[in-house]
Amino acid sequence: MARKHAAAALAVMTALTLTACSAGEDTGGSSEGGVSGDITVLTNRTDIVDTELQDYVTEFQKVYPDVNVEFEAITDYEGDVSIRLNSQEYGDVLLIPNSVTKDQLPQFFEPLDTVEALSSKYRFIDEQAFEDQVYGIATFGTANGYVLNKKVWAEAGITEPPKTQQEFLDALQAVGDKTEAIPYYTNYADGWPLSQWQNNQGSFAGAEAVQIRDTQAAPWSDGNEQYAIDGLLFDVVAGGLSEKDPTTTNWEESKNLLASGEVSAMVLGSWAVPQIQGATETVGGAPEDISIWPMPWQTDGAFHSRVGGDYKLGISKHSDNKDAARAWLDWFVTDSTFAVDQGGISPVVGAESPDTLKDFEAFGVEQVELAPAPAGEESLDSDIYNEAEIDLFGDQYRRNLIDVARGAASGDRLSFFEDLNSRWNAARVANNG
Amino acid sequence: MAVMSGTTAPARAADSRSPGSRRPTRRGWKVTPWLFLAVPLGLLILFTYVPVANMVWYSFTSWDGFDAVKEPVGFKNYVEIFTRPEIFRVFLVSLYYLVGAFLQLVLAMYFATVLSFSTRFRNWFKGIIFFPYLLNGVAIGLVFLFFFRPGGTLDALLGLVGVQEAPLWLGDPSLVNISLAATSVWRYMGLNFVLFLGAIQSIPNEQYEAAELDGATSWQKFRFIILPSISQIVGLSLILAVSGALSVFEIPFIMTGGANGSETFVIQTINTAFKFSKVGLASAMAVVLLLLVLLVSWVQRRFFPEEKGDLA
Repeated sequence: MARKHAAAALAVMTALTLTACSAGEDTGGSSEGGVSGDITVLTNRTDIVDTELQDYVTEFQKVYPDVNVEFEAITDYEGDVSIRLNSQEYGDVLLIPNSVTKDQLPQFFEPLDTVEALSSKYRFIDEQAFEDQVYGIATFGTANGYVLNKKVWAEAGITEPPKTQQEFLDALQAVGDKTEAIPYYTNYADGWPLSQWQNNQGSFAGAEAVQIRDTQAAPWSDGNEQYAIDGLLFDVVAGGLSEKDPTTTNWEESKNLLASGEVSAMVLGSWAVPQIQGATETVGGAPEDISIWPMPWQTDGAFHSRVGGDYKLGISKHSDNKDAARAWLDWFVTDSTFAVDQGGISPVVGAESPDTLKDFEAFGVEQVELAPAPAGEESLDSDIYNEAEIDLFGDQYRRNLIDVARGAASGDRLSFFEDLNSRWNAARVANNG
Repeated sequence: MAVMSGTTAPARAADSRSPGSRRPTRRGWKVTPWLFLAVPLGLLILFTYVPVANMVWYSFTSWDGFDAVKEPVGFKNYVEIFTRPEIFRVFLVSLYYLVGAFLQLVLAMYFATVLSFSTRFRNWFKGIIFFPYLLNGVAIGLVFLFFFRPGGTLDALLGLVGVQEAPLWLGDPSLVNISLAATSVWRYMGLNFVLFLGAIQSIPNEQYEAAELDGATSWQKFRFIILPSISQIVGLSLILAVSGALSVFEIPFIMTGGANGSETFVIQTINTAFKFSKVGLASAMAVVLLLLVLLVSWVQRRFFPEEKGDLA
């Protein structure tokens, strides 16, 4: 009996060990007639992975019939994929996570070509480039500003974008006084919408905004871009122009509130416009009332909007099938209609601007693309803000800012910005030294 | 029992080995317990001890979470933890949960005592009290988010009894931790309740009868019969309560994300690791928390020594 037990236990253990080794092998290489093989594509679009993305594959296979494309949709894309980079199994084609710093790009991704060779063909290529090599191409571009319900603003008597911060605050005040709507919605609880404010970097200080910030000892002081952006958010909240209880907000619900006119504005990118227009169908409202306007400041008599690429598509350095991966990448950014379908700006140079940006053309908004970081300073900005623990592209310090502004945390406007400045400068000095 | 036979087996197996006798079967006994243990031990090592060892190693590096190089930095991370007051300040938040936990123990003990005697609808009440513990923590977080929001369930209930100006339960920084700790009490009281109830029901009925003959009051029965009988469970619950209060995570993380002054040490650790890409520092924080919890348990054992050490 005991021997039988031992044998059975051994069998179980062997089975356990074996399952650990069952990782699949990709069919590598390319046939002579063209590219072939199986590739895995990681995507953050859980909503369209079984529908629209499959249609793109059908189109793609008309050109490359021998390439099989499998998607792996990931809900918490940024968090999950940056951890998976530890392994060598992160698909063949994937969106480059934002937490990868530029000097780490060669560790994980295949270089696509030189900046010079690609710049005539694609926009936003500097955003994931290191030492003159491009590692990723944007799936689409986004213009930044605030999405508003124009019908509500018209009821309050405002039909043109405010030109200064004060005009913007007055406009929100008018909305609050003359309509039933909540003038501004922070989306504090979900957090990430707060990082959308940071995407407006460049609309105030110009293309060199990041480099300028990295030389400043006190970015949160009068006349600087960071002060203009965060100061505006502070004043909106301090002026009582935002929702009553920010801690219980809800992003999905906020789309409906903006669509129905119960909320009048939110700082977001142009990518959000189609989603909120879509929400008008369910809650009632007209899609044409939803638009995006530029941030309320002008330089040289014109509005500016920072235009940047969304996630960039790159190829894994550990891909067994780089030819097929490259074929998908090139086809997806150049020949698919993905960017247009998403209401985004096509990454291809010279493509037409999307319908969502009609108002930008009407008001003569100039697009600003951030200049690439100088050689050797590619990760300087992220090094500083990580060291200072000021998550410019996160939600922590802006939540804190809102708490101070609404009187729920100690401190005031001056002390809060002074604290940011001192932390920033300490980290900046540490990184230059 | 199998382990016992295993340890005595070698001496006998070494005697002789004649085919056909019962000896080879005896030899089999030697490895069998280990084969049965192999799977749980393997899982324990793979998913507990290896990750913890890794974490200790990361805590001596400046790793960002995915870089191929893990730069060793010695004790720099630990020095940083103990020289930055804001890292430890979040433990003040744990005090709310600690107070909540004691309240929870008292309530659980009260209900367990009351419901261990014949009370009307007692099984129904037992179910009601234990039910929240069965719910998923994420679901509880979402339910209470709607419960506490302005114009939500709580405000509506208060409105029925005439309270018009309800405070912002999660928006007011002086209330947020109380609201969250109350949610935590609601959730975990069921567990303590069941532990206490089980212990109380193991007390022989004769003791109550004897007490009744001597004319003991209900309080005296509780104080001199029930409490001493369940002291071990109380001690265990205290350890769980204190270490739980130090490492609160689920409820504040889902409900407020640590915003508005409700950040706990674990939330801060997560943010450090994944928002600021400082996995090295965050690992060091996790190690410190582990040591703190061990310390608390040790102190507890010193001050509340138990007769039988097999429970805690």
